[in-house]
Amino acid sequence: MANDREILREIWEGKIPVRFTLYPDEVYELQQPDEFYLMVPRLSYFPLVIDKVKKHFIRYVSNDKNDQEMWLEYDGQPVKWHFPIGLLFDLLVGTGPDLGLPWHIVVHFEKFPETQIFRLNSKDLVEAHFMACLKEADVLKHRGQIVSSMQKKDHNQLWSGLQNDKFDQFWAVNRKLMEVSGEVDHFKYIPFRIYDIEGFYKQKLVKPVSDEGQRKTLNDLLMEMYPKRATSVKVLTHGMFPPLNTPLQWMSEHLSYPDNFLHLCLV
Amino acid sequence: MCDNNDTAHNTNINQEDSGTDGESKTEKQKIDILLKPTGNAPIMKKKKWSVESNKPIGWIIDFMKKYLKLEPQERLFLYVNQTFAPSPDQIVKNLYDCYSTEGTLVLHYCKTQAWG
Repeated sequence: MANDREILREIWEGKIPVRFTLYPDEVYELQQPDEFYLMVPRLSYFPLVIDKVKKHFIRYVSNDKNDQEMWLEYDGQPVKWHFPIGLLFDLLVGTGPDLGLPWHIVVHFEKFPETQIFRLNSKDLVEAHFMACLKEADVLKHRGQIVSSMQKKDHNQLWSGLQNDKFDQFWAVNRKLMEVSGEVDHFKYIPFRIYDIEGFYKQKLVKPVSDEGQRKTLNDLLMEMYPKRATSVKVLTHGMFPPLNTPLQWMSEHLSYPDNFLHLCLV
Repeated sequence: MCDNNDTAHNTNINQEDSGTDGESKTEKQKIDILLKPTGNAPIMKKKKWSVESNKPIGWIIDFMKKYLKLEPQERLFLYVNQTFAPSPDQIVKNLYDCYSTEGTLVLHYCKTQAWG
């Protein structure tokens, strides 16, 4: 189980400053709305943090439009609300000296891009998506045995811990999902997704140890996924590049998102 | 999605294999899936299908809704391992690579949330 608790805490506290503006063509009032600034947790999801943003902008759009669903755009692309915010930032903005913070997100109420993103009309949908990911991760780690032996109240505690940004509440339950069971000191498989720049992701069965019982590293994972170009790529997660010799088991326990997956961006 | 016995009937491909390693780009790989009803879900006459590997789950759900002649507002849920519902943007290949048994990806479907 995760011993490096301060790392879990650091990851949990990662935040991104965001500057929201309303798409100019949708401003109906004579007066332009002020920009709206928010510090958003990397581990959260946009639908959980943008109620205030909606409230701020909605009075500036035409009355017949304001019952429409709000959506977000960055750099001409609709933002996928079902990806964690930190993953979106790593994917869309990346890293480097010129990040252009705060992150500029454009808010829309019209012309929902139906074919590109899903509707986010209720937080229940985000919860269902989150729980599905969590269950899938447990299938990979423990054949689904831990999550299915939990009670509904445990599931609720995970979700409300994330939603209300309560680290202790979340980890009181999540630690059970991060435990290794029986004689082995590792998961069956590592739950991870590797994203390319377009936002497509790959997923495969990768064990945390080799057939000889050696602990596998991030480098081994890249070799298994991309045998031909493993040496020329880097992996970005939580805004940092983990060293290639980081053990996979450790990464899974400490650097997974709350949905229990490692979300790794290929650079 | 195309019929196992009629592979000539090929639907259009709107995206290349999402693999960026350049190793699988040229293959137009197909994946065998088996669709099993659960709960109150109607039975599909044909259960085994062959699907292009880069098709997302949402596309399969839309196809099945048409095949089963469901009303637009009716919902259909797909489950892997009778445990979790994959995201509509998850591609079949990822699920096949992780959860297939004996060369087939088994997907259970139902009209209400089952293992939600």
